[in-house]
Amino acid sequence: MSDPSVSALIAEETEGGAPQRSFWSDAFRTLRRRPTVIAAAVIALFFLFMATFPWVFTDKDPQRCDIADSRIPPQWFGGEHPFGTNVHGCDVLAELVYGSRPSLLLAFLVVGASVLIGIVLGTLSGYYLGIVDAVISRTVEVFLVVPLLLAALLLLSLFRTVDLGDGLLATIIQPAIVLTMFGWMGYTRYVRASVLETKNLDYVTAARVLGASDARIMFRHVLPNAIGTVTALVPTAIAAVIGTEAVLAFLGIGVRPPAVSWGIMITEGSEWFTGGSQYLLLFPLGCLLATVLAFVVLGDNLRDALDPKLR
Amino acid sequence: MTDTDVVLEVRDLAKSYPVRRGVVFKREVGTVRAVDGVSLTLRRGKTLGLVGESGSGKSTLAKLLVGVEKPTRGQILVDGVDVSELGRADRRRLRSTLQMVFQDPYTSLNPRMSVGEIVGEAYAIHPDVTPPGGRDKAVRELLDRVGLNPDHVNRYPHQFSGGQRQRIGIARALAVRPRILICDEPVSALDVSIQGQVVNLLEELQDDLGLSYLFIAHDLSVVRHIADEVAVMYLGRIVEAGGDAEVYDRTSHPYTRALMSAVPVPDPTRREDRAIVLEGDMPSPSDPPSGCHFHTRCWLAPTVADPSSGETRPDGARIPSVCRHDSPKLAPQESPDHLAACHFALDAPRR
Repeated sequence: MSDPSVSALIAEETEGGAPQRSFWSDAFRTLRRRPTVIAAAVIALFFLFMATFPWVFTDKDPQRCDIADSRIPPQWFGGEHPFGTNVHGCDVLAELVYGSRPSLLLAFLVVGASVLIGIVLGTLSGYYLGIVDAVISRTVEVFLVVPLLLAALLLLSLFRTVDLGDGLLATIIQPAIVLTMFGWMGYTRYVRASVLETKNLDYVTAARVLGASDARIMFRHVLPNAIGTVTALVPTAIAAVIGTEAVLAFLGIGVRPPAVSWGIMITEGSEWFTGGSQYLLLFPLGCLLATVLAFVVLGDNLRDALDPKLR
Repeated sequence: MTDTDVVLEVRDLAKSYPVRRGVVFKREVGTVRAVDGVSLTLRRGKTLGLVGESGSGKSTLAKLLVGVEKPTRGQILVDGVDVSELGRADRRRLRSTLQMVFQDPYTSLNPRMSVGEIVGEAYAIHPDVTPPGGRDKAVRELLDRVGLNPDHVNRYPHQFSGGQRQRIGIARALAVRPRILICDEPVSALDVSIQGQVVNLLEELQDDLGLSYLFIAHDLSVVRHIADEVAVMYLGRIVEAGGDAEVYDRTSHPYTRALMSAVPVPDPTRREDRAIVLEGDMPSPSDPPSGCHFHTRCWLAPTVADPSSGETRPDGARIPSVCRHDSPKLAPQESPDHLAACHFALDAPRR
């Protein structure tokens, strides 16, 4: 710059600028100040920790049951079965702890896969439009009009005789596939809409003028700016899948015994609710509600924090 | 023109967008002629100012020139070579000849990329133009060049003011060392005090690097300051073109004269001079008026109309029949380089 006064002015202006802050750290700052968010995060992390390291919480095996110990009421922390035993004599605490695994793993698998599909298809459809968009958008509509529960009931009962083994993944893979099949459409639409909005901004044109390839424009310019709205949906979606798992288990077509999940415990416990053993229903139901509520609250607040209009 | 100084020439360039109706079977119900037969010449180291109201097709013309949109008709010649005939590799090379500076400094920078990434992206796309010192050094030099602190490479766009962001946009365009810069209203979104700084920066860069500018604006005073030649656009067509002295001092087209009278004059005693007020908005480019596009709003036409003329326009004024039926060609005025498209052009300066 030839004019020293002007450069001095500019230098001064930048020196006094805002401290370094990114979009995400801004959102994080907003979230940190809300007590409900902290409570929800603690609950969600607690259950995630439980699902990851179940042996920390119980030394019993949920599959080793003694029928002689049937329906022992909760002994709390003095006795051998703090939360009591169920009708087969299995330890309820151990079931709760191990039962969180299929529920949460299923939720993360389904939401992860759906978001991935949504991002890929939504980006392609919003960026290229034309025939690509027509095919993807019509497919979205076809899947949207099929009621989830009907489709899940049909598909899961068709393949219920297929035995995939006893592993954790094997017990949830069927519901995971079905729930993903009917869970990706929302993300596709969201991503498509934000891509449409983003791709006409000047910085995308600038990249095109520089000769950037389509892939570069999509991954460097369009997606990072279009993805914000989708992240806010994730916690809420996780909550929804946990709930749906319980419904499918209740209907007998989700995760199936002898595997344990909260949904299965709710099903089994409901039979004894009027028979004097209310705790068999209330413990798994309480865990389910706490987890779902925590994720919903997180999702709501994340959406608020990421919405630039509410800043 | 066989002038070797001509770096960019546009011949009869046109761009029309189809207007479609219907959900499944999209019928074409008309076309919007955003740019309608524009010819321009840009010389080395010179600035061509392009002026016009919003919707006159200025920005579409810019997009055609940088290759973001494909023209429906006409030629763009860069250094005498027709751009549409170039192969992929040559077209890529063209990117480093012609660059663009955008209007809105708030949407022209990717908010998720640091300044270093934004300016350095050119080198990631064109590794062959990276200067010997490496990418980081080149970016720092560019920032210094446009008057920003080179230590701010890691900052993000939202940490800068509008004027600084515009400087970042200029640095990004300069990264590939272009010879022609298309500036699409580069200062319209800035404060007046900042406008001056950015215009001065552009002039300085022109002197140092020998750049040629196509400077698009709607502010006539800015264009007068920076441009050597001026072209005025109305509804996708050039209505007047010439050297800046000719266009500003011997205005031949009534539309240009109206634009000039709209420039604020910081002198209260001359307030009475601002006599020409155009009525209404610019007509829709999907349904342009017949004959001379400007006849529906022209202030000159009623004054030159024969009282016996049967032609009246919607507002009741009598206008010459030729304005309604014949499209005027760009014709030389007093000097051969000064062109105006008006049937009664020569009358204008005298009024």
